[in-house]
Amino acid sequence: MNITEKILAQASGVDSTSPGDIVEARIDKVMANDITAPLAIEAFHQMGGTHVWDNKRVVLIMDHLVPANDENAAELHRICREFALKQGLDNFYDVGRGGVCHQVMMEDHVKPAEVIVGGDSHTCTYGAVGAFSTGIGSTEVGSVMLTGKLWFKVPRAVKILVNGRLKPPVAAKDLILYAIGQFGADGATYRAVEFNGPAVQAMGVHERMTLCNMVVEMGAKNGVVEPDDRTAAYLEKNGLSPYRFIHGDPDAVYEKTVEYDASILEPVVAVPYRVDDVKSVRDVGEVPIDQVHIGSCTNGRLEDLRIAAKMLEGRKVKKGVRALVIPASVDVYSQALEEGIIGTFLKAEALVCNPACGPCYGGHLGLLTAGETCVATVNRNFVGRMGSPKARVYIASPATAAASAVTGKLTDPRIMEAQA
Amino acid sequence: MNMKICGRVVKYGEDVNTDVIIPSKYLAFTSPHDLAKHAMEGLDQSFPEKVRTRKIVIAAKNFGCGSSREQAPVALKYAGIEAVVADSFARIFYRNAVNIGLPVLECPGAAEAIADEDEVEVDIGEGLVQDLSNGKVLHGNRTPDFLLKIMEKGLVQYVREGRS
Repeated sequence: MNITEKILAQASGVDSTSPGDIVEARIDKVMANDITAPLAIEAFHQMGGTHVWDNKRVVLIMDHLVPANDENAAELHRICREFALKQGLDNFYDVGRGGVCHQVMMEDHVKPAEVIVGGDSHTCTYGAVGAFSTGIGSTEVGSVMLTGKLWFKVPRAVKILVNGRLKPPVAAKDLILYAIGQFGADGATYRAVEFNGPAVQAMGVHERMTLCNMVVEMGAKNGVVEPDDRTAAYLEKNGLSPYRFIHGDPDAVYEKTVEYDASILEPVVAVPYRVDDVKSVRDVGEVPIDQVHIGSCTNGRLEDLRIAAKMLEGRKVKKGVRALVIPASVDVYSQALEEGIIGTFLKAEALVCNPACGPCYGGHLGLLTAGETCVATVNRNFVGRMGSPKARVYIASPATAAASAVTGKLTDPRIMEAQA
Repeated sequence: MNMKICGRVVKYGEDVNTDVIIPSKYLAFTSPHDLAKHAMEGLDQSFPEKVRTRKIVIAAKNFGCGSSREQAPVALKYAGIEAVVADSFARIFYRNAVNIGLPVLECPGAAEAIADEDEVEVDIGEGLVQDLSNGKVLHGNRTPDFLLKIMEKGLVQYVREGRS
């Protein structure tokens, strides 16, 4: 069995599973945010729920509309707050606590070998530490809050073996965008996508999160990386001991294995309006831009902000361009403040916003008007995703986004580095 | 199980994402009827006009890709859509549709065989789609029985009954 099959088998109390099997798994944690939790809470009550199955395992995180931008959003938060209080939830992250839900889950909750579901499609991020995690809808969140169980069809697995080493500023983001371009937006539908190979083994958990985060953009059910020493170091640093690892068997079966050479990858972008329309920044050319957004569950971590700050150190955001920096969590924000990174952004005339999803999902903070173009470290560039349906989003790495903020046009970060 | 839907078709292409099915700015709405007013707004401004006389969506591959928002199938259902047949679905949309009781059928080849505005009959239980306008019969993928049960009554009712 591969790691996904093994985790699902253990959680379902069976000796083995193979692709296509329907299993009912015990859920270790369920998460929902301010957009998905209210409907889940409604469903929970309609199902006859009075008490959640385990008040330590239900996590509610306010992040999409934070702080509330209007009355509707305030009402969504109120519903969550009231439910958390009434149910005695140990883990309710109100405005001012936590941050982007997946970042918070990875800082405080996710352990290897666990089965975690969340009312958000990017829940697949948690495979970065060798967990099984996937996105579900609100009604299912409601039923999991009540029963602690959920059915899954065991997915077929594809392996992405990445040889060589990424050459900075080429980053994990460029690798996953490249992979999505190769697979297509439905190229891994219903599949488990497992990343391995020297380039992945050399990555920290923050980069593995970027990989796993975006597998849903190729249709996958979950993304996963075999846990190792780097995983252990991450877990211990975040106080997530004790934990246990599950590893795939050496003879595990994959539907297919593709191999990439990390050392020849370039900075790339997904051009509007498709996540799988991926081109090298060089080939796209110098597209004039109006906004840069550095943040999100894909790339709002301390390491991402360090890269962006290094690019902006001693420079200014180009006149006529807005740069928004949105740390993915309060922890990330605090550490960035301690390291002086926030000061670097402010000196460069970038706007540092509160930890939240920000413009990534188009609800709140820094939206675009018709005709505007943004280079963003996010995960989607659909029509209307960041405001006007006539705005355009290029998905990029933090280095590419920061370099573009300085020049005011889509820019290969290698050019900026050469100038430094 | 008898789940047959007959009606005229609204047809879309591939990779219709949930951001266009229900744009993010409407996600703070909690009433399904308010959501329904903005269904497909990101892709097709004439959708409200079309659903007055048509109630079956036919689409190419990867329908409902992107965000996990359950508001997407809810908006379609309350706008008057009674079934969605696609060459393939994104997995979260598929589960969400089943859970809220919007009949869905995966039927490879449907988008090619069926034209916009055709009259079709969809038999979810049998996995059959008949295009009454051109006489074509398509065999979709059979839905597992337990999913048919959930689709028929919705997950809320399914769980409710399971507990009582």
